[in-house]
Amino acid sequence: MFINFFFDLKQASLPVSLKEYLMLMEAMNKRVVDSFNVNDFYYLSRSALVKDERYLDKFDRVFGHSFKGLENPEGETTKEIPEEWLKLMGQKYLTDEEKKMIESLGGWDKLMETLKQRLEEQKKRHQGGSKWIGTGGTSPFGAYGYNPEGIRIGQKEGKNKKAVKVWDKREFSNLDGDVELGTRNIKIALRRLRKFAREGAETELDLDNTIKSTAHKGYIDVKMMPERRNKIKVLLFFDVGGSMDAHVKICEELFSAARTEFKHMEYFYYHNCLYDAVWKDNNRRYNDNIKTWDVLHTYPSDYKVIFVGDAEMSPYEITYPGGSVEFWNEESGETWLTRMLNVYENAIWLNPIPERYWDRIASTSIIKQIFSDRMFPLTIEGIDQAMRELNK
Amino acid sequence: MKFEGTSSYIATEDLKVAVNAAITLERPIIVKGEPGTGKTMLAHEVAKSLDAEIITWHIKSTTKAQQGLYEYDAVTRLRDSQLGDEKVKDIKNYISKGKLWNAFESDKRPVLLIDEIDKADIEFPNDLLLELDKMEFFVYETGETIKAQNRPIVIITSNNEKELPDAFLRRCFFHYIKFPDPNTMEEIVEVHYPDIKKDLIQEAFKIFYDIREVPGIKKKPSTSELIDWLKLLMTDDVDAKILREKDPKKLIPPLHGALLKNEQDVHLFERLAFISRRENESVE
Ligand SMILES: Nc1ncnc2c1ncn2[C@@H]1O[C@H](COP(=O)(O)OP(=O)(O)OP(=O)(O)O)[C@@H](O)[C@H]1O
Ligand SMILES: [Mg+2]
Repeated sequence: MFINFFFDLKQASLPVSLKEYLMLMEAMNKRVVDSFNVNDFYYLSRSALVKDERYLDKFDRVFGHSFKGLENPEGETTKEIPEEWLKLMGQKYLTDEEKKMIESLGGWDKLMETLKQRLEEQKKRHQGGSKWIGTGGTSPFGAYGYNPEGIRIGQKEGKNKKAVKVWDKREFSNLDGDVELGTRNIKIALRRLRKFAREGAETELDLDNTIKSTAHKGYIDVKMMPERRNKIKVLLFFDVGGSMDAHVKICEELFSAARTEFKHMEYFYYHNCLYDAVWKDNNRRYNDNIKTWDVLHTYPSDYKVIFVGDAEMSPYEITYPGGSVEFWNEESGETWLTRMLNVYENAIWLNPIPERYWDRIASTSIIKQIFSDRMFPLTIEGIDQAMRELNK
Repeated sequence: MKFEGTSSYIATEDLKVAVNAAITLERPIIVKGEPGTGKTMLAHEVAKSLDAEIITWHIKSTTKAQQGLYEYDAVTRLRDSQLGDEKVKDIKNYISKGKLWNAFESDKRPVLLIDEIDKADIEFPNDLLLELDKMEFFVYETGETIKAQNRPIVIITSNNEKELPDAFLRRCFFHYIKFPDPNTMEEIVEVHYPDIKKDLIQEAFKIFYDIREVPGIKKKPSTSELIDWLKLLMTDDVDAKILREKDPKKLIPPLHGALLKNEQDVHLFERLAFISRRENESVE
C-alpha cells in the first residue's frame, strides 16, 4: 500500500526522490510520530516528500486516493494506521546495501517501473483481494528484502467518530502551479523571471578605487565591489489583435514588471505569425513598423527570444508566401521564424492556450515543430520550464 | 527532545510534526509562508522550548556561504605586514568565525536560524550543502577541520523570492505555514492579549479577513499587522460597534495605518461597496 502511494505520487509527477522516501522511512523508524495516527502520518509524509507549496494540493489528492483503504465500507474513517503495517514500514526501511542495490538496478525510477509491472501481474492473480494488497503469492519486493505478506490493512475500528480528513480539505489548491496565469500568480511568475535574470552576484575588483585608496594610504588597499548587473538580454514578441489581447496584457505586465531585472529588454508586436516587419506602437503599426531584418541585425545572437502567442491560425499563414490574412507577405511566416531561430539560439514560445489542445490545432503543431518543441504553456509551471530552457 | 509549542507561540499540529521530524533526524527544516506568519519567531520559540541557544544568521542579497563558515581577512593582513605588525605572524588573527562555526562549537545542541535564505544568490544554498549535511568544514588557512559537537537544529526560512535548488530541498524537511484560519488566529491573538474582549475579536476578524479578500489589494495585512491593529483598538478603547460601520469611508480611520498601509489600498477600499454580507447583518 505504501509503495502504491509512491507510485501514485510519481505518476502525478510529483518530484519525489529516493532520498526523501528514505527520509520518511527513517522518520517512521525513529518514531517521530509515536501515535499511529493517520493525520500525523499525513503531516510527516507531507513534510518529507513535498518541498514546494505548489505541489501540496496534488499531494493531498494523491494521499486521499492512495489511502482510501483507511475508510471502511460504511465510509467511516478508520483513524488509526494498523500498527503491524507501520512497524513493517519502519523495520523494513532500506539499508545501505539495499540502496546500492537499487542504484545497481538502474535507479529508483527504473525499479518503480519494474515493480509496477509486477504489481499489475499480481493484481490479475488476486482478483478477490483488495486493490493493493496481495495476501500471498509472489512478492514484488522479494528481491529487495521486502515482503508484502505482512501488509494487510487491519480493519481495526477507529476509536474516534468520523473525522474530516485533513488532506481532503484541499487547503492548498490555490497554490498549484498548473493553473493559468492570472493576476494572483503574477507575483510568483515574476519571481521566476527574476531568478532567471540574476545569474549570480559576483564580487569584482574595483580597480579605480583600489588605485585611489592605495595611493592615499601608502599601502596596497584592495577594494571590491559587488557585481549586480544582470546579464540577461531579452527580445519579446507579442501577438496582438484579436483573441490574444487579454493574454498579452498579462504578459506585458509581467515582463514590464521584470524589466529592471534585465540588462536589456526589447519588445515588439506581431500578428499571428512573424513576417517581414514588427512594430512597437500598436496604434501606429502601419506607419512605424520595423523591418524584421533590422531586428535580426541590430540585436546580437546572445539575446534570448520569447514569443507570446496562441499560435492559432490557418496553417497557410505559416507555411505559404502570401498566406497572411492582413497583407501580402513575400516570404512565408515559417521562413521568417526559421531565420529568427537561426540567429537566436535561445528562443521559446509561450502559449496561453492550455497544452492539452495543442495537438489538435494544426498551426500550433507546426509552430511547435519550428520551435523544436520549445513551446510552453502560459502557467507558472510553463514559465519555469521556459526559463530553464532559455538558460541552457 | 520534542517541540510542543510554547505559551507564546501557537504551533499547529502539522508544524509540530515537521519540526520534530527535523529535530529527530537531525536535518534542516525549511519554513515558508506569507510574511508575518511566524517563520522567524518559530526558530526562537523552538530554542526557547528546548532551552537551547539560538544562533541567527540573517541572509542578505550579498551574503556568501563562506561567510557562514569563516572569513579570512587577507587585505588587513597584507596591510599589517606592510606596517610590520606582530599580529601578522599568526594567521588566526585574521580569521573570523561565521555563524555555522559558532553553532558547531556549541557544547549544547543549539538552534541555528538561517533567516530569509531566498535573499541570497541562487547558488548560496548549494554552497552550503556539504557543510549542512556533514556538519563539518575545513579551514584551509589553518588546516583544521571544524566539526559540530552537537548537530544544531537548523531552521531555514524563505519568503519565496527565489526557488531553492532541488538537491538542497531533498535534504530538508519542509513546511509551508498556511495563513492561519480564524480559529488558529484567535488562539494567536489570545497569546498576545489574554484579556481581549470576544466581541472585539469577532468584529475585527470579520474586517481583517474581508480586507485580505479584497481583489487587487496591494499589501494583504498579515498576522503581525492584525496584532498591532488590535493593540491600537484596545489602547484607544474602540468599541466593537464602530467596526460594524457599513460606510467604508467611516470605517477607514480605525483601519488606516495599521491594516491599510498604502494610499492605493485605502482608495481601493473606499471605492468598494464594502463587503455585502455586512449589509445583510442585523445591527443590534
Ligand atoms: N503562531 C504564532 N503565534 C504567536 N504569534 C505569532 C504567530 N505567528 C505570527 N505571530 C506574530 O506575528 C509576528 C511576526 O512573525 P515573524 O516575524 O516570525 O514572521 P515571519 O514569517 O518571519 O515574517 P517575514 O516573512 O516578514 O520575515 C510575530 O512577532 C508574532 O507577534
Ligand atoms: Mg522573518
